[in-house]
Amino acid sequence: MAIEIPRIELGDWIESGLDYLTGNYSGITRGISEITQTGINGLNDLLMWLPEWGLMGLIALLCWRMSGLRLGIGAVLGLSLIWNLDLWDPMIESLTLVVIATLVAVVIAIPVGIASALSERLYRVIMPVLDFMQTMPAFVYLIPAIPFFGIGSVSAIFATVIFSMPPAIRFTTLGIRQVPKDLIEAADAFGSTTSQKLFKVQLPLSLPTVMAGINQTIMLALSMVVIAAMIGADGLGNEVWRAIQRLRPGDGFEAGIAVVILAMLLDRLTQSFRKTRKS
Amino acid sequence: MSEKRPVKIQVRGLSKVFGNQPMKALELRNQGLKRPEILEKTGQTLGLSNLDFDVYEGELLVIMGLSGSGKSTLIRCLNRLIDTTEGSIIIDDENIPTLSTKELLECRRRHFSMVFQNFALFPHRTVQQNAEYGLEIRGIDKAERTQTARNSLKQVGLDGWEDAMPSQLSGGMQQRVGLARALANDSSVLLMDEAFSALDPLIRKDMQQELLELQHRMKKTTVFITHDLDEALNIGDRIILLKDGEIVQIGTPEEILTAPADEYVERFIEGVDMSRILTARHAMRPVRATAREDDGPRTALRKMSENGLDSIYVTSRDRKLVGLIDAETAERAVKEGQQTIDALFIQDFRSVAPDEPMHNLFAMFNDKSFPIAVIDDERRLLGVVVKGAVLAELAEAGDN
Repeated sequence: MAIEIPRIELGDWIESGLDYLTGNYSGITRGISEITQTGINGLNDLLMWLPEWGLMGLIALLCWRMSGLRLGIGAVLGLSLIWNLDLWDPMIESLTLVVIATLVAVVIAIPVGIASALSERLYRVIMPVLDFMQTMPAFVYLIPAIPFFGIGSVSAIFATVIFSMPPAIRFTTLGIRQVPKDLIEAADAFGSTTSQKLFKVQLPLSLPTVMAGINQTIMLALSMVVIAAMIGADGLGNEVWRAIQRLRPGDGFEAGIAVVILAMLLDRLTQSFRKTRKS
Repeated sequence: MSEKRPVKIQVRGLSKVFGNQPMKALELRNQGLKRPEILEKTGQTLGLSNLDFDVYEGELLVIMGLSGSGKSTLIRCLNRLIDTTEGSIIIDDENIPTLSTKELLECRRRHFSMVFQNFALFPHRTVQQNAEYGLEIRGIDKAERTQTARNSLKQVGLDGWEDAMPSQLSGGMQQRVGLARALANDSSVLLMDEAFSALDPLIRKDMQQELLELQHRMKKTTVFITHDLDEALNIGDRIILLKDGEIVQIGTPEEILTAPADEYVERFIEGVDMSRILTARHAMRPVRATAREDDGPRTALRKMSENGLDSIYVTSRDRKLVGLIDAETAERAVKEGQQTIDALFIQDFRSVAPDEPMHNLFAMFNDKSFPIAVIDDERRLLGVVVKGAVLAELAEAGDN
């Protein structure tokens, strides 16, 4: 009694869609790829050009000024360990990818977040898209990235941006929507235009929430940058990936610990931005 | 108050329906249905129904009603924070419901500033920056708006607090900032939405008094929303009573108290503390005797004993009140052989105007319990109030 239900060829459709896109737009994406690669190389070279102790000093100083002596000391200890384990260069490569991916993600996410906070219709479209972006297994983004951007760091950035952008959008929208209604009413009552209301009331008041979103984005970017080693991204992920292939758990943990240190520094540092802005 | 006065805002046939089929609701309303039936039949809430009233130039108009009466909706219709369903609101020849977005912005900037129940101060701005907000968005230059905002902060007694953040201030002070922000704008109408309802009773009383003084000084047209009849009676030049989105009565406080339009208003008034309506005049007794400032202590003492008094008010030749002397002091002066009493006046007696509300008198009786002097504008002694008389008068009012 089995009824023959034809299989829905969802995968084929998506592939032909992607084929069409790569066939027609790969010129553009390759162009973007080159620009991005230049950016990555530039930042990477700059960070590599600095001597290890110099960069470490700068980061420690930043941590100290923004957060406190504890984080400053923590930064020196953590980074020294990474240096000592000979993971300095991969760490810089990962940091570069995180910084660039986060910048791109934030530049896209904040305007989108603002727009979806102000327009109910856009909100209803964007939120399911974000759910989709966040729940789709991260690896899946890596596959189409290759035909568009080729193997390497740019594809990693592409996948990372998509994966890490949702919280920044969500938190921006949330922050603006959470501005108390009576403050919006007050701004309106005095005759504020939409942009005056946005820049003088809504954005300043949502800043702590927006910063929390950016913090989340950075954390997600770091986790994705590690995974992106599978499509040839440089950095700490690559060390982990090599350790897996050679079955060397010790090397794997060393690189893993370096990721944790980097994550903690980035997290504490962005959280301290949030706090200083708040007070 | 009913004589012709220049009209600042003219409201005619104003209705507001909450819901997606407003016309259907208005149709039923025109057939004579009331709010609950309309809600049941159409799911639409008739917020305001066919209101007609004027706001006169320079008056303090109180709109009062219980929650759900539509008073908050009404005040928001005036500056179109809420869009109206039908009717006109005309201010200086502009009909607010039909203005374009741009005209509306301009109209709000020029005509309306608003003070909110929960202050609605911008928490990320200092007191000074809050007060400047209205000027800032109008593009007034920095120096001028700093000065203007500073002046209005001074007017509400907040000079020296310019750099504080709102969260550092008490509720009463926060609302002063709210008021300063509204005043700085120098708009032609001040809208106050339950502005004092979130304050505790004592501060509230002070703020009412200050608002009255400000209003007296600046003659600013003010629309004040409240659910508290005491407050309405205390500050309103005129009061509009709202019920279920309709006007029940418009009148001066006296008119509303003496000629309540219907049962609803009457029930409202029953709740009014009578001590606020009765004044010193009601409890005042004629003065049995006064001393003259050029009397000797012996004469004063004799006048007291003849009339069975412990103390006596002293007046000048033209019957103006100059002081009070008690029997003890006079006796001592006699023993010491002093010739006049003008150096012996007791300073801590109280004097009030005849229209001072009775509830204020209680606090004035200090432990020595001198009678309170009731004086006219020229400090002539009209009578005295003793503690017992106040209580008796209140008891009597309670019985009626």
